[in-house]
Amino acid sequence: MTLLSLDMLLLIEKLVLIVIIVFASLGIALYTTFAERKVAAILQDRPGPERAGPFGLFQPLADGLKLIMKEEIIPNSSNKALFILGPGLAMTAALMTCAVIPWGSTVHLFGREIDLQIADINIGILYVFGVVSLGVYGIMIGGWASNNKFSLMAALRGASQAISYELAMGIALIALLMTTNTLSLKEIVDQQMKPGHLWNIAYQPLGFLLFFICAMAECNRTPFDLPEAENELNFGYHQEYSSMKLGFYLFSEYINMIMSSAVMASLYFGGYDIPFFDEKVLPQNIAALVGVGALLIKIVIFIFIFMWIRWTIPRFRYDQLMNLGWKSLIPLALANMVATGAWILYFG
Amino acid sequence: MEALTNRVKEVNRKPMTFIERLYIPSILKGMAITFSHMFKKQPTIRYPEKKREFSPVFRGLHVLNRDEEGRERCTACGLCAVACPAEAITMEGAERLPGEESLYREEKYAVKYEINMLRCIFCGLCEEACPKEAIFMSETFAPANYTRKGFIYGKEDLIIPNPITDPEGFAKAKGPSRSN
Repeated sequence: MTLLSLDMLLLIEKLVLIVIIVFASLGIALYTTFAERKVAAILQDRPGPERAGPFGLFQPLADGLKLIMKEEIIPNSSNKALFILGPGLAMTAALMTCAVIPWGSTVHLFGREIDLQIADINIGILYVFGVVSLGVYGIMIGGWASNNKFSLMAALRGASQAISYELAMGIALIALLMTTNTLSLKEIVDQQMKPGHLWNIAYQPLGFLLFFICAMAECNRTPFDLPEAENELNFGYHQEYSSMKLGFYLFSEYINMIMSSAVMASLYFGGYDIPFFDEKVLPQNIAALVGVGALLIKIVIFIFIFMWIRWTIPRFRYDQLMNLGWKSLIPLALANMVATGAWILYFG
Repeated sequence: MEALTNRVKEVNRKPMTFIERLYIPSILKGMAITFSHMFKKQPTIRYPEKKREFSPVFRGLHVLNRDEEGRERCTACGLCAVACPAEAITMEGAERLPGEESLYREEKYAVKYEINMLRCIFCGLCEEACPKEAIFMSETFAPANYTRKGFIYGKEDLIIPNPITDPEGFAKAKGPSRSN
């Protein structure tokens, strides 16, 4: 059966994949909040949440329930439509990134070859950048619509920070793309899986470092969490938000974190590739599942590093943030790009 | 200018070197420190299940003591009320009737004995003032109540369980580090 020369089974397959990936992302994000509290506690010699359920495992459910049960407050002086749009936009933008991430290789099911990737578009990484930039609108609209000067200030900070660091991030990425010759995330991962080809971190160590720092800034994580600097801005861009709208903002930060970890793992750490192991010796389906597991482990490690950094360093001052972005990261990224280009020109 | 104390420290105002401006070495150092804390012993005591051991001089809520035969020691002399700097203690005395010798140790006893736990500053002067070793401070602490009235502890709240009929309750009210 075809509809507009579109395979209906493909549609169903992709729908199922979308549902699985979106809910898995939400579930992982839920437990990332728990992990954040637990990691913070362990790094500070505390036990952390441990009362709700065994080892405190039901804590995120209790947190979520609490947020849902809270009173929904929409300030009278706010722009209501935009006020409601803000968190939704932040959440949508965060979740949309997962569409192009290759979560695993191909699975053979019901006589069909199913790619564990929602859409292998040939400009995958550009799509990620585009969607991530949209995430800034969630912050901007939220801060603007609240009609609160502190929220607005925080939103402005968030926007300027995201724009400044996206530049360095993009330039760091160009150097990587010059070596890979493709924008498709799937192909980038497949290249790294080839025998004799190392992970891209080996070819672009400085690029990765820059990308990592910028990713941290893009996710508004400490030390770059200036939009949430409580001591200067009361609470941040989501000050007027309550109930699940606030929850969406807090939650989208964690989803952003997972997605940027996934992107970094795919770009620099071989995605679903298992190091020092040839996947071809395993049956196809098992190899794919093991690959998904490998990617998840890489994501978990990245998330742990994110948290570890958060609970180690204090946040930058605003001028330090801008100095670091414009005067250190962008020149370094440019130098990295030029050096990569020169290398390819003379040795490639 | 001469320093006022011998603890003066010279502040280093040298501009940062290139390595320092990169932040990364110091960030890595900090991360190593936080990482090492993952393996340190947690000082946390999981409170309601486990309680911290108090020193023998800890001053918790008061109890009115009984002697070995389970008789109330308090004679309502009022010295504790006089000693109390917060004026938290009030009492009324009464004469012991014939046949009540197993209840009260001496001829006079307290019919009413009240301590306002919101006024009390837990200084322990009542304990020191008591000539009969009748009032002393236990290891029970952090009382909770819904009303202010509930914090006025009457005699039935203060009196210790009888050591003969309820030795466990007696020991519990006294507190584990007060064995005498």
